[in-house]
Amino acid sequence: MIARVFITPKKGVLDPQGRAISSSLHALGFGEVGDVRMGKYLEIRLGASPEGDPSARVRAMCERLLANGVIEDFRFEIDQESPGRGA
Amino acid sequence: MKWGVVTFPGSNDDHGTLHVLREVLGHEAVSLWHKSRDLHGVDCVVLPGGFSYGDYLRCGAIARFSPVMSAIGEHAAQGGLVLGICNGFQVLCEAGLLPGALVRNRSLSFVCREASLRVESVANPFVNMALVGDVWRIPVKHGEGCYIADESTLDQMERDGQILLRYCRDDGSRSRDGADGSDYNCNGSLRDVAGVMNATRNVFGMMPHPEHGADPALREVSWPGSGVPDGLRIFQSIAGWVADRGQRLAVDSMR
Repeated sequence: MIARVFITPKKGVLDPQGRAISSSLHALGFGEVGDVRMGKYLEIRLGASPEGDPSARVRAMCERLLANGVIEDFRFEIDQESPGRGA
Repeated sequence: MKWGVVTFPGSNDDHGTLHVLREVLGHEAVSLWHKSRDLHGVDCVVLPGGFSYGDYLRCGAIARFSPVMSAIGEHAAQGGLVLGICNGFQVLCEAGLLPGALVRNRSLSFVCREASLRVESVANPFVNMALVGDVWRIPVKHGEGCYIADESTLDQMERDGQILLRYCRDDGSRSRDGADGSDYNCNGSLRDVAGVMNATRNVFGMMPHPEHGADPALREVSWPGSGVPDGLRIFQSIAGWVADRGQRLAVDSMR
Protein backbone atom coordinates (compact mmCIF):
# COMPACT_ATOMS: atom_id res chain seq x y z
CA MET A 1 0.00 0.00 0.00
CA ILE A 2 1.28 3.45 -0.80
CA ALA A 3 0.11 6.89 0.27
CA ARG A 4 0.70 9.79 -2.11
CA VAL A 5 0.68 13.05 -0.19
CA PHE A 6 0.44 16.48 -1.85
CA ILE A 7 1.35 19.54 0.21
CA THR A 8 0.71 23.01 -1.18
CA PRO A 9 1.00 26.55 0.18
CA LYS A 10 -2.30 27.74 1.61
CA LYS A 11 -4.30 30.17 -0.46
CA GLY A 12 -3.10 33.69 0.27
CA VAL A 13 0.27 32.58 1.64
CA LEU A 14 3.24 34.10 -0.14
CA ASP A 15 4.95 31.68 -2.50
CA PRO A 16 8.01 33.48 -3.85
CA GLN A 17 9.29 30.26 -5.44
CA GLY A 18 6.06 29.86 -7.37
CA ARG A 19 6.30 33.47 -8.48
CA ALA A 20 9.89 33.02 -9.69
CA ILE A 21 8.90 29.88 -11.62
CA SER A 22 5.98 31.71 -13.21
CA SER A 23 8.18 34.55 -14.43
CA SER A 24 10.78 32.08 -15.74
CA LEU A 25 8.09 30.31 -17.74
CA HIS A 26 6.97 33.66 -19.12
CA ALA A 27 10.55 34.43 -20.11
CA LEU A 28 10.64 31.12 -22.01
CA GLY A 29 7.61 32.15 -24.00
CA PHE A 30 4.90 30.30 -22.10
CA GLY A 31 2.69 33.35 -21.93
CA GLU A 32 -0.37 31.37 -20.96
CA VAL A 33 1.12 30.65 -17.52
CA GLY A 34 -0.71 32.33 -14.67
CA ASP A 35 -0.17 31.78 -11.00
CA VAL A 36 2.25 28.97 -10.03
CA ARG A 37 2.15 27.44 -6.57
CA MET A 38 4.98 25.15 -5.57
CA GLY A 39 4.50 22.38 -3.04
CA LYS A 40 5.80 18.97 -2.06
CA TYR A 41 4.90 15.44 -3.09
CA LEU A 42 5.64 12.46 -0.87
CA GLU A 43 5.24 8.74 -1.49
CA ILE A 44 4.89 6.84 1.73
CA ARG A 45 4.97 3.08 1.67
CA LEU A 46 2.65 1.64 4.32
CA GLY A 47 2.62 -1.73 6.04
CA ALA A 48 -0.27 -3.06 8.05
CA SER A 49 -0.99 -1.08 11.20
CA PRO A 50 -2.78 -2.40 14.27
CA GLU A 51 -4.20 1.13 14.65
CA GLY A 52 -6.50 0.39 11.72
CA ASP A 53 -7.82 2.83 9.13
CA PRO A 54 -4.84 3.85 6.97
CA SER A 55 -6.61 7.00 5.85
CA ALA A 56 -6.94 8.26 9.43
CA ARG A 57 -3.31 7.35 10.03
CA VAL A 58 -2.06 9.29 7.00
CA ARG A 59 -4.21 12.27 7.97
CA ALA A 60 -2.60 12.22 11.42
CA MET A 61 0.88 12.08 9.82
CA CYS A 62 0.04 15.15 7.75
CA GLU A 63 -1.35 17.07 10.68
CA ARG A 64 1.44 16.23 13.10
CA LEU A 65 4.50 16.44 10.89
CA LEU A 66 4.20 16.54 7.12
CA ALA A 67 2.27 19.80 6.70
CA ASN A 68 2.29 22.99 8.76
CA GLY A 69 -1.34 24.03 9.05
CA VAL A 70 -0.39 27.69 9.39
CA ILE A 71 1.00 27.86 5.86
CA GLU A 72 0.15 24.62 4.05
CA ASP A 73 -2.79 22.53 2.88
CA PHE A 74 -2.54 18.82 2.20
CA ARG A 75 -4.43 16.09 0.41
CA PHE A 76 -3.57 12.46 -0.14
CA GLU A 77 -4.50 9.31 -2.01
CA ILE A 78 -4.00 5.79 -0.81
CA ASP A 79 -3.14 3.27 -3.47
CA GLN A 80 -3.31 -0.46 -2.88
CA GLU A 81 -0.93 -1.11 -5.76
CA SER A 82 2.81 -0.99 -5.64
CA PRO A 83 4.47 2.30 -6.67
CA GLY A 84 5.58 2.62 -10.27
CA ARG A 85 8.77 1.48 -11.89
CA GLY A 86 11.94 2.06 -9.92
CA ALA A 87 10.18 2.63 -6.60
CA MET B 1 21.31 33.58 36.47
CA LYS B 2 21.75 30.31 34.65
CA TRP B 3 21.38 29.84 30.91
CA GLY B 4 20.98 26.73 28.79
CA VAL B 5 21.85 26.57 25.09
CA VAL B 6 20.39 23.69 23.08
CA THR B 7 22.40 21.79 20.49
CA PHE B 8 20.40 19.99 17.81
CA PRO B 9 22.16 18.05 15.06
CA GLY B 10 22.91 20.90 12.64
CA SER B 11 22.88 23.77 15.14
CA ASN B 12 25.87 26.00 14.44
CA ASP B 13 25.47 29.10 16.60
CA ASP B 14 25.32 27.23 19.90
CA HIS B 15 29.00 27.81 20.68
CA GLY B 16 28.88 31.46 19.66
CA THR B 17 25.97 31.95 22.04
CA LEU B 18 27.74 30.12 24.86
CA HIS B 19 30.79 32.34 24.26
CA VAL B 20 28.74 35.51 24.70
CA LEU B 21 26.94 34.23 27.80
CA ARG B 22 30.10 32.95 29.48
CA GLU B 23 32.89 35.21 28.30
CA VAL B 24 31.14 38.50 27.60
CA LEU B 25 28.41 38.42 30.27
CA GLY B 26 30.31 36.20 32.72
CA HIS B 27 27.24 34.07 33.45
CA GLU B 28 26.81 30.37 34.05
CA ALA B 29 25.68 28.68 30.84
CA VAL B 30 25.23 24.97 30.18
CA SER B 31 24.99 23.16 26.89
CA LEU B 32 21.79 21.12 26.47
CA TRP B 33 21.93 18.16 24.09
CA HIS B 34 18.78 17.60 22.05
CA LYS B 35 18.28 14.14 23.54
CA SER B 36 18.30 15.45 27.09
CA ARG B 37 15.06 15.90 29.00
CA ASP B 38 16.86 17.59 31.88
CA LEU B 39 17.18 21.38 31.64
CA HIS B 40 19.46 21.55 34.72
CA GLY B 41 17.34 24.22 36.39
CA VAL B 42 18.17 26.98 33.90
CA ASP B 43 16.31 30.31 34.03
CA CYS B 44 16.38 30.83 30.28
CA VAL B 45 16.74 28.33 27.44
CA VAL B 46 18.24 29.56 24.17
CA LEU B 47 17.45 27.74 20.92
CA PRO B 48 20.33 28.80 18.67
CA GLY B 49 20.68 29.39 14.97
CA GLY B 50 21.77 26.83 12.45
CA PHE B 51 20.18 24.18 10.29
CA SER B 52 18.70 21.63 12.68
CA TYR B 53 18.20 18.29 10.92
CA GLY B 54 19.41 19.91 7.71
CA ASP B 55 16.21 21.98 7.46
CA TYR B 56 14.61 18.84 6.02
CA LEU B 57 10.85 18.94 5.37
CA ARG B 58 10.54 22.49 6.79
CA CYS B 59 12.96 24.49 8.94
CA GLY B 60 12.49 23.38 12.54
CA ALA B 61 9.86 20.75 11.71
CA ILE B 62 11.92 17.76 12.82
CA ALA B 63 13.69 19.45 15.74
CA ARG B 64 10.41 20.21 17.46
CA PHE B 65 10.01 16.50 18.21
CA SER B 66 13.38 16.21 20.00
CA PRO B 67 13.20 15.03 23.62
CA VAL B 68 14.58 18.39 24.78
CA MET B 69 11.59 20.15 23.23
CA SER B 70 9.10 18.41 25.49
CA ALA B 71 11.13 19.60 28.48
CA ILE B 72 11.20 23.11 27.00
CA GLY B 73 7.42 22.98 26.52
CA GLU B 74 7.01 22.21 30.22
CA HIS B 75 9.54 24.89 31.18
CA ALA B 76 7.57 27.44 29.12
CA ALA B 77 4.23 26.28 30.54
CA GLN B 78 5.59 27.01 34.01
CA GLY B 79 6.61 30.54 33.01
CA GLY B 80 10.28 29.79 32.25
CA LEU B 81 11.96 31.98 29.65
CA VAL B 82 12.77 30.76 26.15
CA LEU B 83 14.69 32.69 23.48
CA GLY B 84 14.75 31.36 19.93
CA ILE B 85 17.26 32.84 17.50
CA CYS B 86 16.86 32.30 13.74
CA ASN B 87 16.51 28.52 13.40
CA GLY B 88 15.46 28.56 17.07
CA PHE B 89 12.64 30.94 16.12
CA GLN B 90 11.60 28.54 13.36
CA VAL B 91 11.59 25.64 15.84
CA LEU B 92 9.40 27.61 18.28
CA CYS B 93 6.87 28.39 15.55
CA GLU B 94 6.80 24.77 14.41
CA ALA B 95 6.33 23.65 18.02
CA GLY B 96 3.36 25.98 18.40
CA LEU B 97 5.09 27.89 21.21
CA LEU B 98 4.91 31.03 19.03
CA PRO B 99 2.19 32.00 16.54
CA GLY B 100 2.84 32.18 12.79
CA ALA B 101 5.46 30.61 10.56
CA LEU B 102 8.71 31.49 8.76
CA VAL B 103 8.90 30.93 5.03
CA ARG B 104 11.38 31.52 2.20
CA ASN B 105 12.64 35.11 1.89
CA ARG B 106 10.63 36.98 -0.71
CA SER B 107 13.82 37.72 -2.64
CA LEU B 108 14.63 33.98 -2.66
CA SER B 109 18.16 35.04 -1.64
CA PHE B 110 20.00 34.15 1.51
CA VAL B 111 20.61 37.45 3.32
CA CYS B 112 23.70 38.07 5.43
CA ARG B 113 24.12 41.63 6.67
CA GLU B 114 23.42 44.06 9.49
CA ALA B 115 19.77 44.96 9.94
CA SER B 116 18.27 48.02 11.58
CA LEU B 117 15.58 47.07 14.06
CA ARG B 118 13.04 49.36 15.67
CA VAL B 119 12.21 48.56 19.29
CA GLU B 120 8.41 48.31 19.44
CA SER B 121 7.72 47.27 23.01
CA VAL B 122 9.79 47.25 26.20
CA ALA B 123 7.47 45.91 28.92
CA ASN B 124 8.73 42.37 28.57
CA PRO B 125 11.64 40.15 29.68
CA PHE B 126 13.51 40.21 26.36
CA VAL B 127 13.76 43.77 25.09
CA ASN B 128 13.77 46.20 27.98
CA MET B 129 17.15 47.95 27.95
CA ALA B 130 15.77 50.41 25.42
CA LEU B 131 13.04 52.92 24.73
CA VAL B 132 10.26 52.35 22.24
CA GLY B 133 11.51 53.76 18.94
CA ASP B 134 15.19 53.05 19.55
CA VAL B 135 16.98 51.61 16.54
CA TRP B 136 19.26 48.64 17.11
CA ARG B 137 21.78 47.23 14.64
CA ILE B 138 21.98 43.45 14.77
CA PRO B 139 23.18 41.03 12.06
CA VAL B 140 20.84 38.75 10.11
CA LYS B 141 21.78 35.63 8.12
CA HIS B 142 18.99 33.44 6.84
CA GLY B 143 17.21 32.12 3.77
CA GLU B 144 13.83 31.47 5.37
CA GLY B 145 13.06 34.36 7.67
CA CYS B 146 9.90 35.79 6.16
CA TYR B 147 7.45 35.86 9.05
CA ILE B 148 3.82 35.30 8.22
CA ALA B 149 0.64 34.93 10.24
CA ASP B 150 -2.97 35.63 9.41
CA GLU B 151 -4.24 39.19 9.64
CA SER B 152 -6.24 38.69 12.82
CA THR B 153 -3.23 37.13 14.58
CA LEU B 154 -1.03 40.05 13.49
CA ASP B 155 -3.66 42.58 14.67
CA GLN B 156 -3.95 40.85 18.02
CA MET B 157 -0.16 40.67 18.50
CA GLU B 158 0.19 44.35 17.65
CA ARG B 159 -2.54 45.25 20.10
CA ASP B 160 -1.03 43.19 22.91
CA GLY B 161 2.55 44.37 22.38
CA GLN B 162 3.84 40.97 21.27
CA ILE B 163 5.80 42.34 18.32
CA LEU B 164 9.03 43.45 19.97
CA LEU B 165 11.27 44.23 16.99
CA ARG B 166 10.61 45.30 13.40
CA TYR B 167 12.92 45.87 10.46
CA CYS B 168 13.25 49.57 9.68
CA ARG B 169 15.46 52.10 7.90
CA ASP B 170 18.53 53.33 9.73
CA ASP B 171 16.56 56.34 11.00
CA GLY B 172 13.82 54.09 12.40
CA SER B 173 11.26 54.88 9.70
CA ARG B 174 9.16 52.28 7.85
CA SER B 175 6.81 52.29 4.89
CA ARG B 176 3.27 53.01 5.95
CA ASP B 177 1.92 49.58 5.13
CA GLY B 178 4.99 47.51 5.94
CA ALA B 179 7.23 45.33 3.90
CA ASP B 180 6.23 44.90 0.30
CA GLY B 181 9.31 45.58 -1.76
CA SER B 182 11.07 47.74 0.83
CA ASP B 183 14.72 46.86 0.95
CA TYR B 184 15.12 47.70 4.62
CA ASN B 185 13.07 44.57 5.27
CA CYS B 186 15.59 41.89 4.33
CA ASN B 187 13.13 39.01 4.00
CA GLY B 188 9.72 40.53 3.21
CA SER B 189 8.11 39.59 6.54
CA LEU B 190 4.55 40.79 7.05
CA ARG B 191 4.35 44.13 8.84
CA ASP B 192 8.16 44.14 8.99
CA VAL B 193 8.18 41.67 11.88
CA ALA B 194 11.66 40.71 13.08
CA GLY B 195 10.82 39.27 16.51
CA VAL B 196 7.65 38.18 18.33
CA MET B 197 6.69 37.06 21.82
CA ASN B 198 3.94 34.68 22.92
CA ALA B 199 0.77 35.80 24.72
CA THR B 200 2.08 34.79 28.15
CA ARG B 201 5.20 36.92 27.52
CA ASN B 202 7.85 34.32 28.30
CA VAL B 203 8.78 32.91 24.88
CA PHE B 204 10.47 35.13 22.28
CA GLY B 205 11.74 34.40 18.79
CA MET B 206 13.78 36.65 16.51
CA MET B 207 15.44 36.17 13.13
CA PRO B 208 18.42 38.53 13.75
CA HIS B 209 21.37 37.12 15.69
CA PRO B 210 22.01 39.05 18.92
CA GLU B 211 24.94 36.75 19.73
CA HIS B 212 26.73 37.91 16.57
CA GLY B 213 26.38 41.52 17.62
CA ALA B 214 27.21 41.16 21.31
CA ASP B 215 30.94 40.85 21.81
CA PRO B 216 32.47 44.34 22.11
CA ALA B 217 35.78 42.96 20.82
CA LEU B 218 34.15 42.09 17.50
CA ARG B 219 32.02 45.19 17.42
CA GLU B 220 35.04 47.42 17.89
CA VAL B 221 36.56 46.13 14.65
CA SER B 222 33.73 47.50 12.51
CA TRP B 223 32.33 50.33 14.59
CA PRO B 224 35.01 51.72 16.91
CA GLY B 225 33.63 53.57 19.92
CA SER B 226 30.05 52.42 19.32
CA GLY B 227 29.46 51.52 22.95
CA VAL B 228 27.40 48.57 24.20
CA PRO B 229 26.68 46.32 21.22
CA ASP B 230 22.93 46.16 20.61
CA GLY B 231 22.87 42.36 20.50
CA LEU B 232 24.20 42.29 24.04
CA ARG B 233 21.18 44.28 25.21
CA ILE B 234 18.92 41.30 24.50
CA PHE B 235 20.90 39.08 26.87
CA GLN B 236 21.26 41.90 29.41
CA SER B 237 17.50 42.54 29.26
CA ILE B 238 16.80 38.91 30.09
CA ALA B 239 19.40 38.84 32.87
CA GLY B 240 18.04 42.05 34.38
CA TRP B 241 14.50 40.75 34.27
CA VAL B 242 15.49 37.46 35.93
CA ALA B 243 17.39 39.34 38.67
CA ASP B 244 14.36 41.59 39.32
CA ARG B 245 12.07 38.59 39.45
CA GLY B 246 14.43 36.97 41.99
CA GLN B 247 14.21 40.07 44.17
CA ARG B 248 10.43 40.20 43.90
CA LEU B 249 10.18 36.55 44.93
CA ALA B 250 12.51 37.16 47.89
CA VAL B 251 10.42 40.14 49.06
CA ASP B 252 7.19 38.18 48.64
CA SER B 253 8.54 35.32 50.74
CA MET B 254 9.26 37.71 53.62
CA ARG B 255 5.69 38.95 53.74
